[in-house]
Amino acid sequence: MGKLGLIIEREYLNKVTNKSFILATFLTPIIIVGFIMLIGYLMSVNNDTVKNISVVDKTGYFTNSLNNSDDLNFHFINDFDLEEAKLISKTKADYGLLFIPYYDDLNQIADSIMFISEDAPSIGIISRIEGKIERLLTNKNFENIGLDIEKINKSKININLYQESFEGEETTKMDGIIKIAFGMILGMLLYIFIFAYGSMIMMSVIEEKTSRIVEIMISSVKPFQLMMGKILGTSLAGLTQFLVWTILIMMFSYLITAIFGIETSTQNSELLLSSSGNMSMNTEALDAISAFINLPLTNIIVAFLIYFIGGYLLYASLFAAIGAAVDNQTDAQQFVMPLTIILILALYVGMLTVPEDPNGTIAIIFSYIPFTSPVVMLMRIPYGVPIYEQIISIIILYLTFTLCIWVAAKIYRVGILMYGKKPSYKELIKWLKY
Amino acid sequence: MENLLVVDSVSKTFANHKALNNVSISIPKGSIFGLLGPNGAGKTTLIRIINQIIIPDSGNVFLDNQLLESKHISDIGYLPEERGLYPKMKVGEQALYLAQLKGMTKLDAKKQLKYWFEKFDIGEWWNKKVSELSKGMAQKVQFIVTVLHRPKLLIFDEPFSGFDPINANLIKDEILNLRNGGATVIFSTHRMESVEELCDHIALINKSNKILDGKLDEIKRQYQTNTFEVGLVTNKKSEIEKEIKNNFHTSQPTFKGLGDNLRLNILLKESQTSDELLSFLVKKAKIQHFKEVIPSANDIFIKSVKEN
Repeated sequence: MGKLGLIIEREYLNKVTNKSFILATFLTPIIIVGFIMLIGYLMSVNNDTVKNISVVDKTGYFTNSLNNSDDLNFHFINDFDLEEAKLISKTKADYGLLFIPYYDDLNQIADSIMFISEDAPSIGIISRIEGKIERLLTNKNFENIGLDIEKINKSKININLYQESFEGEETTKMDGIIKIAFGMILGMLLYIFIFAYGSMIMMSVIEEKTSRIVEIMISSVKPFQLMMGKILGTSLAGLTQFLVWTILIMMFSYLITAIFGIETSTQNSELLLSSSGNMSMNTEALDAISAFINLPLTNIIVAFLIYFIGGYLLYASLFAAIGAAVDNQTDAQQFVMPLTIILILALYVGMLTVPEDPNGTIAIIFSYIPFTSPVVMLMRIPYGVPIYEQIISIIILYLTFTLCIWVAAKIYRVGILMYGKKPSYKELIKWLKY
Repeated sequence: MENLLVVDSVSKTFANHKALNNVSISIPKGSIFGLLGPNGAGKTTLIRIINQIIIPDSGNVFLDNQLLESKHISDIGYLPEERGLYPKMKVGEQALYLAQLKGMTKLDAKKQLKYWFEKFDIGEWWNKKVSELSKGMAQKVQFIVTVLHRPKLLIFDEPFSGFDPINANLIKDEILNLRNGGATVIFSTHRMESVEELCDHIALINKSNKILDGKLDEIKRQYQTNTFEVGLVTNKKSEIEKEIKNNFHTSQPTFKGLGDNLRLNILLKESQTSDELLSFLVKKAKIQHFKEVIPSANDIFIKSVKEN
């Protein structure tokens, strides 16, 4: 086995046999699944509770037409005035009180309807109530000016645009959602990976310096070998952790659906029936599946691997260089900060501009800049990016990566033998000439 | 004598600081070579260049008449002054790892380690973590790791720091053993008494320049002043002192006497020999002490650095 192999092996084994690493590997999926369950549970509790709303309807238009839905219950207490109703509603601990005064003019009514509640009500509920009232008042208006509501409803036309790409593939609204989600997940994955394992590399370099073994090491191996061994060994440990996480999360999810399976499925079917109806829900699910299949999957997978490796190694080499330049973690912050800012910028640019306009100027520029391209381009690719753009961006990324490794190796070579002082950026540049 | 290592006009500049200025030294095979110099003189830079950690700006280094290259890494064993081990790794594992990095096979490394661990009586440390060892214990492991791969050239930078006198002696004996076994040793230290004890050759580096090198006894001869310490027992002290001063150049005594009542340092002129001095003294009084003043490594160090 070559020296690089030996170093990778040691770094890998050192990481994966580390107690806190093992703990994180097995606890994280439990925590993630636990959180998802908790959120799911809380949401279902939230949806299950029926919200009681007292209504004082002075107009009489609503008393028989404002229908209860599965989470909204309207109680009519029309005989009371506003102050009395407030008191009643409060003692009953209602979600809120809807007060509809009477005027001759419908518009005046519309302007003076009030909703009174203890806490600020959720926007969703308010807009649903508004929708219900709006529909009823509009219908009333139609009636008043002599329009037949039946006829109006019949003459309404529903539009659901049939979308197709120029290549003749069918696209749906679901495509957009799937693309956003997919791009986000890929970008986030890279972001998390870079930070988690990049800083692990940095820590391991600092540890080597503080334990003073580094000079013994580099009398046997080239600093470049040591640096690459560290980067690759730690990355392999990271991949192992990711793999274990994926397997465990899948196992837990399977177990949970197996145990709580019946419950969730009945809940689902109830939801299906009660919401927008069985048919449309099924088409949505089908749309999602077909949207997923419609993604340029081969391109995504290939690009993901290329950008993931390039982007990760680019940052990893910089983290290694930072570790070599400083003596402790506190000093490292100053140098880690710019990297953090660039990566967060990449993430935000990706999230804000790509779904809006995947081929807009900003998105394109950031998918050429090597420090942001891995994240931004990965987010763009589900929308379809011309191959030549990808190739140019990858070439820029790998050229920069090579340059960065070279710079990092220089800084590393000098830095690991410097003790006791935190270098300035100016000094770091000087080191390149050593 | 054949040289194992030849450093030929090596210079190295860091940013705006010249660490080595045209330094050349030759290290004979089988010698213990003392690399001396005040702090910051450039010793560590030179050692790092020999270890190929740093590349010189100009000049060459030859090992066994070959230009130094990466394959020579396994021919050199280096114990740096700033040394340590991975604290969370087990002693045995770590020693195996470092040995393999020096190009040993795992099997060979295991065999050698067993030998050394037994020799130093530290077999039970194999599964201990380095962080559980004391500083002296860790130093022993480091020494073993340095010499394990039977390098031709051993470089020790302050090897005795952190050792108690007993263990320091143990290490000293091992260094001599290794030399007798054919290894060449470069030895960098500020402890002049161990230079005196171990080194047969020295080089002195000051302010990036080599100011002195050669065989230790030859250098001493160069620094010899032809001065003799003389201690006499006599009851005519002032008379004899006057007589000596008439014939020889004297100075204040630099030694402590025991039972003698007339102590002098006598400097011989070039025309005078020690025999003449002795036969002169024999006639005058009982000679209790007669010794040529040989400059110590310490004296030479201080004198040449100050002159420089």
